[in-house]
Parts: sequence; C-alpha cells; structure tokens
Amino acid sequence: MKRTSFQTTFRSAFPVTIPVLFGYLAIGIPFGLMLVKAGYPWWLSPVMSICMYAGAGQYIAIGLFAANVPLAGILVTILMVNIRHIVYGLSLIEKFKTVGKWKPYLVFALTDETYALLTGVKVPVNVKPGSFYGTIALMDQSYWVIGSIIGALAGKFIPFSFAGIDFALTALFVVLLIDQLRASKDALPVIIGLACAVIALVFAGPSNMLIAALAGSLAVLILVRGRQK
Amino acid sequence: MTPFHEALLAVFLMALVILGTRAFPFLLFSRRDPPKVLRFVERFIPSMVMAVLVVYCLKNIQWTVWPSGIREIASIGLVSVLHITKKNAMLSIFGGTAFYMLLGSIPLFS
Repeated sequence: MKRTSFQTTFRSAFPVTIPVLFGYLAIGIPFGLMLVKAGYPWWLSPVMSICMYAGAGQYIAIGLFAANVPLAGILVTILMVNIRHIVYGLSLIEKFKTVGKWKPYLVFALTDETYALLTGVKVPVNVKPGSFYGTIALMDQSYWVIGSIIGALAGKFIPFSFAGIDFALTALFVVLLIDQLRASKDALPVIIGLACAVIALVFAGPSNMLIAALAGSLAVLILVRGRQK
Repeated sequence: MTPFHEALLAVFLMALVILGTRAFPFLLFSRRDPPKVLRFVERFIPSMVMAVLVVYCLKNIQWTVWPSGIREIASIGLVSVLHITKKNAMLSIFGGTAFYMLLGSIPLFS
C-alpha cells in the first residue's frame, strides 16, 4: 500500500519536473566546471548545491571568491541576489498550510524553478499535496546536485577546453530578467539597475562594482518609487 | 582568490542567509498580513537586481580594445530573441552559451 502510493506520487511528479531536469543540468554542469577552474576541490560543488541550493547565488559566490571579496561583502551580496525568495514565500503561505511534514524541506528548497512548478501544477486527486510537492522539490534538487557533480568531475578529468562555458551565467540572468519584465511590465527598475551598474563599474572597478551597484540602485529606486503605493 | 577554508565557512554562512530569505515570509506572515514595504520589494527589486547582475557578468570586458564585447553582446542578443520568441529557458541558456563558445573558437573574436 505504501509502496503503491509512493509509486503513484513519483509517476505523477516526475513528468512535471522534466523541463527542470534539462534546465538544471544545463546550468549545474557549467557551475561545477567554473568551481574547479577557480581552483577549489570538486566536492565543494555538491556541498554548495546541497546546502545553498541557489543557482544564481552559487555562481555569484564563485565570482566573489575569485575576487577575494571580504566575508561581509559576500553575505550582503548574496542577500540582495536572493531577496526575491521572500516574495516567492509570500505567495505560497496558504498553499503550504496543507503540506504537513514536507513543509521545512519545501521552504528550504524554494528555487526559481521549483517555485514556478509548484505555483503552476495541479495536485492529482489520488496523491497527497505534501508528498506531491515534496517529491517535485526533491527531484529538482537531485538534478541540480547531479549536474554540479558532473560539471566538477568533467572540469577535473576531461582535457576539453570549456572556454566560454561561464557565459551560461550571463544567459541565466538575461532569461530571469526577461521573465521578470514579462511579469512586471515595468522597465524603470531595469533602467535604474543598468545605469547604476554601469556607473559603479566605471567608478568602483570590476571587483567592487556589485555591492556598489546594488546599494546605489536600491537607493535610487527608493527615491523614485518609494512614495508610491 | 579566497582561501579554501574561508570559502567553506562562507558557503555555510551563505546557506544560512539563503535559508533566511526563503523562511522569512513563513515565519513572520503566516498569521498576519505582510507590510507594504514587502509589496515594494516584490514589485521592483527582483528585476532591478537581475539588470545589475547582467552588467556584472560583463565587468571584465575591455571596451576600448577590439573586439570590445561584440561576442557577448551578440550572444546576449541571441539569448533574448530565443527567450522572447520561444519562452524556453533551457533552449535560451544552452543555445546562447553554445553560440558564445562557437564565436570564441573564431580567431577574429578571441
């Protein structure tokens, strides 16, 4: 009985996660490669993917490590980069009241892609919502961990030139930016972000620009839009 | 480069920060309505941060030296066109990265 219900859950959850399977392999593999190319041991890649589990955050962390940014700077930047997760959680508070013991894991594993799946899918009638959502989230994370291990081992053992693979990060941000714009239909925050980032790059230089740009654009955004409802 | 032991410590602290951003709304607003400032965060900050990050990725381009980021601009153009027309994140990321790597193998751009 228990096994049957597990199989039913798995069979209904797996097809839903297939786009994420390909997506996470496509982004996870370059992440593992970059980490090894930056000079860290391969196993740091799955460690990061298991305990941080944030695509953009992990990529950014490698860039911050390479530039030897101080710890406080790293943490502030990671907070800004992941602040969108606060928003995701807000829209799932009601939905997650029905998930029982899966809740802590679902909250931990709330990435962009899992959020998109959980808000988009319908729970099949013969499956419990908690185990359905939980299985989706768990499978998504396993793809991410597997991708980052494949990438790290490939970087260590395959003598192929992976020059240019780090463009996957740029592509990821462009994709997320277009998705955000599609949802918000508001170009002003994007223009502020672009302008402040360019100014920060010119005046603070490549290794300090990220924090300067995030702080600056937040200040401008509050000045421009802070008084609106 | 950050020494390995400091990087490992940073990984665990970053994991806590990320978990904090994910758990925050569930811990605070399960029983009461979120304040207006979070509406502000929700509406404006994600797209702004993404715009900053795109520029961040281009930070090491030397704009005064040929070929001055033509390869990056062309690849970002391809990613945008793919994503706006096909709406498939995997195709956009994979296609754009493959195109970028291909351009890198042409002597003119590398």
